[in-house]
Amino acid sequence: MAIGGKRKRNNDSDGEDNSSKRETRTETKEPFRPSMIKNKEKRSEIHAKLKHQKKLEKRAKSNARDAAVKRAIELGEEPPEKKVPKTIENTREVDETVCKPDDEELFAGNDADEFSSILKRQQSPKILITTCRFNSTRGPALISELLQVIPNAHYFKRGTYDLKKIVEYANKKDFTSLVVVHTNRREPNALLIIGLPEGPTAHFKLTNLVLRKDIKNHGVPTSHQPELVLNNFTTRLGHRVGRMIQSLFPQDPEFKGRRVVTFHNQRDFIFFRHHRYIFETKEIKKIESKGKNDEDGKSEKVPDHKTIARLQECGPRFTLKLKSLQHGTFDTKGGEYEWVHKPEMDTSRRRFFL
Amino acid sequence: MQHDEVIWQVIRHNHCSYMAKITTGIFCRNPYNVTGICNRSSCPLANSRYATIREDNGVFYLYMKTIERAHTPKDLWERVKLPRNYQQALEVIDKHLMRIRMRKLSLKTREKITTLPRKEVKREARREEKAEKAAVLEKSIEKELLVRLQNGLYPGDICNANFEAYKKVIDMVEKSQAVEEEDEMIEEEEAGPEYVEFEEEDDIEDFGAFAVHESQGNGSDDENDGSAEDDETEALNQRKAKRKMTLASKKLEKDTLDSKSKKAKVLIEVEHDDAVERQRAVL
Repeated sequence: MAIGGKRKRNNDSDGEDNSSKRETRTETKEPFRPSMIKNKEKRSEIHAKLKHQKKLEKRAKSNARDAAVKRAIELGEEPPEKKVPKTIENTREVDETVCKPDDEELFAGNDADEFSSILKRQQSPKILITTCRFNSTRGPALISELLQVIPNAHYFKRGTYDLKKIVEYANKKDFTSLVVVHTNRREPNALLIIGLPEGPTAHFKLTNLVLRKDIKNHGVPTSHQPELVLNNFTTRLGHRVGRMIQSLFPQDPEFKGRRVVTFHNQRDFIFFRHHRYIFETKEIKKIESKGKNDEDGKSEKVPDHKTIARLQECGPRFTLKLKSLQHGTFDTKGGEYEWVHKPEMDTSRRRFFL
Repeated sequence: MQHDEVIWQVIRHNHCSYMAKITTGIFCRNPYNVTGICNRSSCPLANSRYATIREDNGVFYLYMKTIERAHTPKDLWERVKLPRNYQQALEVIDKHLMRIRMRKLSLKTREKITTLPRKEVKREARREEKAEKAAVLEKSIEKELLVRLQNGLYPGDICNANFEAYKKVIDMVEKSQAVEEEDEMIEEEEAGPEYVEFEEEDDIEDFGAFAVHESQGNGSDDENDGSAEDDETEALNQRKAKRKMTLASKKLEKDTLDSKSKKAKVLIEVEHDDAVERQRAVL
């Protein structure tokens, strides 16, 4: 030990070692941050300076990028590839149940599931809409609008009946689906969709409800059967939920009515929208570049007219989020769940199930 | 075995010796009946679990039915003496009927109240807002609709997809109708068919002629809009109106034709033959 100590002392006296020590010290030392300054005026001044510098750098970068693109076009080269921004969608955690377009297993499963008779038009959908026991204010308003959205839907007062009894009744009367609107504090907050007679039971959380009268420049829907847009239902579970929603609507839309009902899935939130649409031809303004022949030629190639779709919202508008999917009709005690959302599933904000 | 449902079916719809039907309602003579009314819930025979309070020589007893002893009617009812004090009596009843009450409560379906952590609610709301922005809903719907349009999902006759094409077709129909009208005119009035050719040469500066042409176009448009079951009177009216218009247009034509070069005239005569042929085809 003594020798070791001596050695150390000896080494300390060496010049090289000293320099290495200094380096380590600089490494361990924290980088300078304005928040470390205690004087507020000084701190804010330096912070503003840093921020301004960053902004300048950013602008210089984008200018350089634009210049590169311009030069490439002048030289007739391919412009450098545009960088695709990282979004939550394209950095989504890999899910092995995401369906490919040629998934035979999925198609076979689809043919065998509970909705196939409706989706193959062997049976036309008939929907029973009811509420929870206590229903007031926005609940009935939502239901009256849902009745306009979903063709062949019938509203029944809940009374004090058990849901199981209602399921029994609906089965007897040949309903194909049962929709229950749950209300909490005079605000609809959940939607229960039950496929009948043996179909699954999906429990959705309902948020951000906007009724028709609260939508600016809203349209009034006609009684035509609407067409359906189901976007982004990719996984197995997503397909199943999508088919379930699809089975609420008739499979032979009347295009004459130009009504479209959308269920758009984004990050597991299902956005419901209801629109009227119209197709129009629109003139495209020619983008005239400043005396550059190449670009002129390009713009001439583009046709002057282009069809566009214009939309007018009819309402209601709300968002659904799947809480659970149960096999069979409503049964909270003995029911077998296909999928339940649990808090421990939220391991990452890039993990989605639909 | 006791089957409450079966017993009740028999009692209500078949025969019950305790039943007393009188004008004010259906009553029960069974001494164990709590209410004295004949219904499913107060029938002492059709309920496996039943309890009642009866008086015997000034003493109140709580009678409880134990269905496991149904085969020995002597022991079917178990009785407990109730104390004279009302409060104490209630306590005794509570003690003995606890099991029945619990069962009733547990059979009732109730909503389960769950917690809704504020933190999660807030987080979800925040993410929902961002997801909505990422969805760009209107754009994505419009895109989907255009894809459907390009795939030819929409029947062309109903949809307003190609408004320009629609207009063109309308114009074509108008023109052909104008030709037919003109043909009729020839038959009736032996007038020259110049007007047709005139219409085809649209590059005439005469504004008056143009206006007439337009008005006629509107007229025929109306005819198109009119229902298929053509009212004759209406048609006649329209024809008259058209005749007037065509006459006016002819006058104009003559004026313009006078001012026109000979070459135009030659052209007209060539076309004239054409028109006759067309007429034959129509005939």
